[in-house]
This record gives sequence, structure tokens and C-alpha cells, in this order.
Amino acid sequence: MGALMQWIDDRFPATKMWKEHLSEYYAPKNFNFWYYFGSLALVILVIQIVSGIFLTMHYKPDAASAFASVEYIMRDVPGGWLIRYIHSTGASLFFVVIYLHMFRGLIYGSHRKPRELIWLFGTLIYLCLMAEAFFGYLLPWGQMSYWGAQVIVNLFSAVPFIGEDLSLWIRGDFVVSDATLNRFFAFHVIALPLVLVALVVVHIIALHEVGSNNPDGVEIKKNKDPKTGHPIDGIPFHPYYTVKDIVGVVVFLMVFTAIIFFAPEMGGYFLEYNNFIPADPLATPSHIAPVWYFTPFYSILRAVPPMMGSQFPGVVAMGMSVVIFFFLPWLDRGAVKSIRYRGPKFKRWITAFVVVFVVLGYLGTAPTNVWGQFGKWLDEADVATVVARICTVVYFAFFILMPWYTRSDKTLPEPNRVTM
Amino acid sequence: MSDNPGNSGKSSPGKRRFLLAATSAVGGVSALGAAAPFILSMFPSQRARAAGAPVEFDLSKVEPGMLVTVEWRGKPVWVVNRTPEMLAGLDKLANEVADPNSEMAMQPDYCKNKTRSKKPEVLVVEGICTHLGCSPTAKLTAGADSGLGDGWQGGFFCPCHGSKFDLAGRVFKGVPAPANLRIPKHTYLSDTRLLIGEDKKEA
Repeated sequence: MGALMQWIDDRFPATKMWKEHLSEYYAPKNFNFWYYFGSLALVILVIQIVSGIFLTMHYKPDAASAFASVEYIMRDVPGGWLIRYIHSTGASLFFVVIYLHMFRGLIYGSHRKPRELIWLFGTLIYLCLMAEAFFGYLLPWGQMSYWGAQVIVNLFSAVPFIGEDLSLWIRGDFVVSDATLNRFFAFHVIALPLVLVALVVVHIIALHEVGSNNPDGVEIKKNKDPKTGHPIDGIPFHPYYTVKDIVGVVVFLMVFTAIIFFAPEMGGYFLEYNNFIPADPLATPSHIAPVWYFTPFYSILRAVPPMMGSQFPGVVAMGMSVVIFFFLPWLDRGAVKSIRYRGPKFKRWITAFVVVFVVLGYLGTAPTNVWGQFGKWLDEADVATVVARICTVVYFAFFILMPWYTRSDKTLPEPNRVTM
Repeated sequence: MSDNPGNSGKSSPGKRRFLLAATSAVGGVSALGAAAPFILSMFPSQRARAAGAPVEFDLSKVEPGMLVTVEWRGKPVWVVNRTPEMLAGLDKLANEVADPNSEMAMQPDYCKNKTRSKKPEVLVVEGICTHLGCSPTAKLTAGADSGLGDGWQGGFFCPCHGSKFDLAGRVFKGVPAPANLRIPKHTYLSDTRLLIGEDKKEA
């Protein structure tokens, strides 16, 4: 066995990689609950790729037969319903896990120096994941698939000058059609998964280069054991964190399977009811909304009124609401990284951010008149629209004012070593 | 490289840098050129372009006050036979719609009039919201029953983002849609035969 390993190691750095990334990758010993979501995201990526491969064996990317082929998977393919529910539930849970993973980064300062690139790669992964989800959502060719794609592709036609040609180029036809479905299929099953996997590799290589952050936001590499050279507060990822993460995976799979077996549609949030109606280019459903993970951004799009006869400002606001995450490492000027030692201003702002994110998310799933209208004194404006506008302002203020409120915040002194 | 027999022993970094830059530039341009056929392949195919042929429609089956949806180029086109009351309602909205005189080129010139139509009563309009391409819902009856308030004169309501249009497809002020609904080219082949998508051979 040893000889075989040596033979391989002489030709490929197997043992070296194993040590660098697992058995001798020293991670801080004080990881808590929040640190499950990185490994869980990786698990879901694998689940999505595997279940997706098996769905492609039965799915037909053709406007005339796509809807029926999905129903065929659900009814006639042995275990097809299970594979499809794994894939559809996995999509939603991917975003649950990614949002929690990003929030973890935000509260413990994992985006701060020296981990800016990890954050940038992560944000790229998030963008890529959104595109992947959007392309995948057209494939069942239901009413929501169709009209969701119609609305999103039309966003590009709001771009001045080249907009019309751009949306024509994306669709490959004058309306969302067979050509659109076929190319979205290509993006969903091969182009974006390749990019996604490559970005995940880069994300992890960058992480292992600088080392993991931790809930105290202090650098464990500052305190190394003089004899071994390893961080005193670090423990090898394997076996300590591989075992810990297995616990997280087991709990996650319990939740995952419970949803698959008992509530795969999740009350219309994971699989929208209108999507069980085949796409009809002549009739928009009376209420259309994107799947829940896009709704905060969709709310921002709706909240911005058209200016100078163009909806482009709304499109820009929606784009910026995602792109602004790229600037986070440089917007944050706090003296400390972790929320444990941050002052009251940061804590209030991040609470406000979470609240507006959830409210915007909810409003994006509902029609604009969901909360009725004000009386005459406010020109009968929709309450929900006004609330969405206020939330949009708070959302952007959280980022734009960040350099000031983080710098002037009354922080606590950071400890020298991690605390448990 | 100094042991290269062709080299007299002098290295010239400036020349090298120039050659490197020139090679990279040519390589970059070639890569862009190679991308062109792939990018072009994503534009609508000849088949998709050809599918935009005009469609014929028999007007006699549209009763006054009724709407019929016709499919043209994969899009819904509405044909509405407007009653005199409906037409009267249009005049009341001159101050509420954003572009009452159809100044924006959302219609052929022959429909740039008060009713946005060739025949005053017959509205032919693309049922695609000018905001983000949803198909609005017809709310033809006036009044509070429409769910759009007492002042509603009949028109269209887009469920996606709440844009409102009147019975000439004119967009209301203060809604997300930036323009009136588009009127397609159309021709009356006879009194009741309507050709949607072409306006050359007028009967």
C-alpha cells in the first residue's frame, strides 16, 4: 500500500494535496453552528449535479414536449418523481444555505482583509447560481417558467440603445420560444455548471491560502506553536471538522428529505402552482412572481418608478442590489471583524438590513396591492409599494453608509486568542 | 538565449516587448473573431424570422363590447369591438393617460388618432405590456366592479406590475409601463376581413 502511494505521489501530488487541504489544514477550533453552511453548500452542489444528470436522461428540451416530459418523469419514470423533487427542493435549499453562508461572512467579517478574494469569488458563485436557477426554471415550460423568463429577458430590452437587440439575442426569437428553451437548457446543464464548479474550486483554494476566519474574527496564524509551526488555536480540518460537518449533513438531510416527502411544493414557494399549467404565450397568469430566492431583488425592481419614460432605472437598481455585494470588503471600515466586538451602530444596521431583506422578499411574492391602499391623503398609493420603496432605500443605505457607521462605531477590544 | 548562434550576444528587451505585445494583440483579436460565429448563432434563425407572416381574421364574429385574442408572431393580438359608450369613455381620460395623442411611435401613422384605430370602433392592439412583456388582463367593463375603482372606464390591467391601459391601449400616468400598447400594422381586406401584420394591399 505504502509503495503504491509512493508510486502515485511520484507522479501526482495526492498525499501533498490531502495534507494541504484536509489533514494538515488548520482551521480555528471555535467554529460554531454558522460554519456548517459552507460544507452543506458543497453537498447540495453534488446533489444537484447528480440528480440533474438523471433528469436529463428523460427530459426533452423542446417547447412541444418539455412540459409533458416533466410530467412523464413525475408519473412514469421509476422513481422519477423522487429525482425531480430532489432537484427542485435542492434548488431552494441551495439558496437557503447560500444566504446563511453569506450572512455568516457578513457578521463575522469573513469578507475583510485578507479574505477579499474569497468574498469576491463567493459573490461570483452567487451570481452564477442565480443564473443557473433562472435558466433551469424555464425548463418545465409551465406558465411561471414562461412568463418569468419573458419578464427577466425583457429587463435587458430596457438597456438604452442596444436593449432590443440584446433581448432578441438572448431569446433567439421575437418571443420566448423553442429556441429560448433549447439554449437555456444548454446553459443550465453544461455551461454554468462548469463555471460554477471552477469557481467553487477557486473559492476553496483562496480560503486555504489565507486560512479560515472564525466567530471572533481574530487571525489564528498570529499565534503559532514555535515547535510545530501550526496555529495554537487551529485544529486539523480532518478528522475534526469532517466529523463535525457530517453531523450537519445528517441534520440537513433530515430536513431535506422531510420536505421532499411531505411538502415538495412548500405551499407554492418551492414549486409555484401556476407552473403546473403548460406555458401559454397568449395569457399571463393573474399573479406572477419569481421563486422566493429572487423576490427581494424583484421587489427592488418594482419599487423604482419609471423615470423619463424608461424602466431602466429600476433595472439598474435591481442589478446594483446584487453587484453591491462585490464592494463589501472595501465599504466595511470597522476596527474589528466580528459582530461580537462591533458597536451598536453596526448591530442596528445589520438588523435593519435583515428586516428589509425579508420584507422585500415577502413583498416580491405578493401583488402590489397586498396591503391595500392609503386613503385619499396619499393619492391612494399602494401601501406595499411605499413600504418596498422605504425598504429599498434602507437596503442601499446599509451598503453606501457603511464606511461611515463602521468607522465611527464604538467597538470592543478584540481578544488575542479565540474564545470558545 | 545568448548561446543562440543567430544572436550576436546583444539582447534587445524593447524589441522583445514589442513582439510580445504584437503577438498578444493579434492573438486577442483572433480570439474575438473566433467568438463571432458563436455569438451570431444565437440571433433568431431564418426559420424564426420567416414565422412572422401576417394572419387573417374574420371580424364578423366579434360582437360589440367583445374582445378576441388572435395569435400573431407568437404574441397575443387583441381585437376589440368598442361600443359607443366605450369610445365616449376615452375622452374622459385625456388628463389621466401619459400620452393622450399617441406622440410616441407605438402605432402606424394611420392609427395616430383619438381612438388609435382605422375604424373608430375596432381596436387592434398587441396584448403585450410595454413594461416587461406580460400580457395584461382585459377589464372591459367600466366602474367599481372591475376592482380598479369607480373612475375606471374599461381597459386593461397588467397583473405583473400593475400597469393600466385604457380601451385605446393608452398607458395611464404613474404606472411602470413607459409607453402605450403597440398597434401592429393591419389592413382591412374587406369590411369584415382583417389582415394583421401587413398594411400594403389596402382593399
